[in-house]
Amino acid sequence: MDISTLTSKRSLISESIILIIFILLAILPLYAPRYTVILLTSIFMYVVLTVSWVIFSGPTGYISLAPAAFFGVGIYTSAILGKILPLPIVICFGALASFCLALLVGALTLRLRGIYFAIFTFGLVEFIRHLLLFLELTVTGRRGRLVILVDQTIVYYVMLAIFAILLLTSYFIRRSKLGLALQSIGQNEDAAAHTGVNVTMVKVITFAISAFFMGATGAIMATRWTYIDPYTAFNPLYSFMPVLMAIFGGMGQLFGPVIGAAIFTYLEEVLLTRFPYYYMLIFGIILVVAILYLPGGLVGLAQKWRKGDLAEQHANP
Amino acid sequence: MLVEILDIVVAGLLMGGIYALIAVGFSLQYGVARVLNISHGEFIMLGAFITWMLYKVLGVNPLVSLAICGPIILIIGFLLYRTLFTRLRTSSESIGAYEGSSMLASFGLLFIIQNVAILIWGTDIKGYSYLNFGVNLGGAIFAANRLVTLLFAVVIGAAFYLFLARTRLGKAIRAAAQDPVTAGFMGVNINQVLALCFGFGALMAGFGGALISMCYPIQPTMGFQYTIIAIIVVVLGGLGSMVGSFIGGFVLGLIGSIVSYWQPGLSLTAYYLLFIVLLLAKPTGILGK
Repeated sequence: MDISTLTSKRSLISESIILIIFILLAILPLYAPRYTVILLTSIFMYVVLTVSWVIFSGPTGYISLAPAAFFGVGIYTSAILGKILPLPIVICFGALASFCLALLVGALTLRLRGIYFAIFTFGLVEFIRHLLLFLELTVTGRRGRLVILVDQTIVYYVMLAIFAILLLTSYFIRRSKLGLALQSIGQNEDAAAHTGVNVTMVKVITFAISAFFMGATGAIMATRWTYIDPYTAFNPLYSFMPVLMAIFGGMGQLFGPVIGAAIFTYLEEVLLTRFPYYYMLIFGIILVVAILYLPGGLVGLAQKWRKGDLAEQHANP
Repeated sequence: MLVEILDIVVAGLLMGGIYALIAVGFSLQYGVARVLNISHGEFIMLGAFITWMLYKVLGVNPLVSLAICGPIILIIGFLLYRTLFTRLRTSSESIGAYEGSSMLASFGLLFIIQNVAILIWGTDIKGYSYLNFGVNLGGAIFAANRLVTLLFAVVIGAAFYLFLARTRLGKAIRAAAQDPVTAGFMGVNINQVLALCFGFGALMAGFGGALISMCYPIQPTMGFQYTIIAIIVVVLGGLGSMVGSFIGGFVLGLIGSIVSYWQPGLSLTAYYLLFIVLLLAKPTGILGK
């Protein structure tokens, strides 16, 4: 009894903290300088990409290198439809297009496990990128496209909304039967299938849900770049960044990827302005160090400290 | 017509020789050392730049510098495995977890090596002229340097095959590829052998890079495209199969040459399409069981 009231009290406190943070973020454009709003929008972008990546790849252990594909589909939806449809509908279309692509890809790649899945998803991004470039050059005769401009404050609020919805979705998936099914797939896929989990269905649906948010993000973020082409929209960096940020933050807890992505995006901003020539080098070093020495990410490290450094304390897989 | 066919086929084989070499290296690193090495292309770039430097600064014949840049890159690869990947391998819970984390670590290596190279050599495109004259083969004309690269690719590939098949170390490598744990019980120093495999993989990449620098302009960001080619070839030949990768290299070279004859802009797209179809239809590769 004691423990349950304690945990509910604790979760109440953390819930109210989250609520306060969101209220602060919602009124931020009223008082903060423009630069902060733009920086926060970038942070939201990476946070959403990372958290939605973790929804599928975190519990199942399938390393998806397809975020760039879904993000890029969102960007292109925005570039094609942005001039003829209102913004909210464009974003919905971007999200749905990515969702459908993920359903298709998921259904096709079910048999691939482990590293095959990773290299397939990686190849997919490159395939779309080159095919699209070829089509653009031969059909439209131009390499890139112009995207309509949207006010920065609106972009900020849209990203904030996507972020909030994603957090709720992620939270409920973790606590639902779907979340348990995903965990069991990650631990032993065959055993999960034998205990009655519809492995195929669970994987495809979750993959598509994660793609949905990436597509929505792509559709709104495209408006910030004004000009896009297949190489910028389907940049494989958008596939690797979420993976890196998730590892850096730690995937065991819901807020791990959020913290990882937020810190990393800020770091990217600082490094890019101060040390433009060393930025990618430092990026690589952090990646290697994080993989070697931070198996549970920043959150895992914090938990380790809190638990008084008990031997071999690993974060949840 | 006949000359055109000859032109396409030989051009494909010339490209295929380099593809085969780098794919064998990649396959060795994945098949035995279990590292899906995304930074493979960076070792190709290193090989190309070391050869270029030796030629420009000291005037060393590029074919001679194969013998210089090879060992350097072998040692770099060996040390990298001993420091980074051995630690990852021993701390991973399962082979699947190790494959995932080593792939991501190699992605970090890509950035490190590439950006160090940019700091040293800058981002400009570089190149030199070596054996740059035409050779007439039955009506079709090919550059002599490219014919030399094909010859060397085949010789290096064959030599490595003999090394694997005939020597004691080769046997240890084959044993480690089949089952590292059992190989360890049989007295194979597994950490050493895996590190050597990674080193040999890097060596192949270095050789490939040195040969590439004889025919094509080079720059520090050139590596990644070759990594992608290596991944495709290895999937084509079957992940982990050295012979499959060697043959797959030539097959991909031919496909690329045929496609770019019809539509130059589509050759990369064709590679990926082939790659995706293969993974879906026959993930074990054309020679796989």
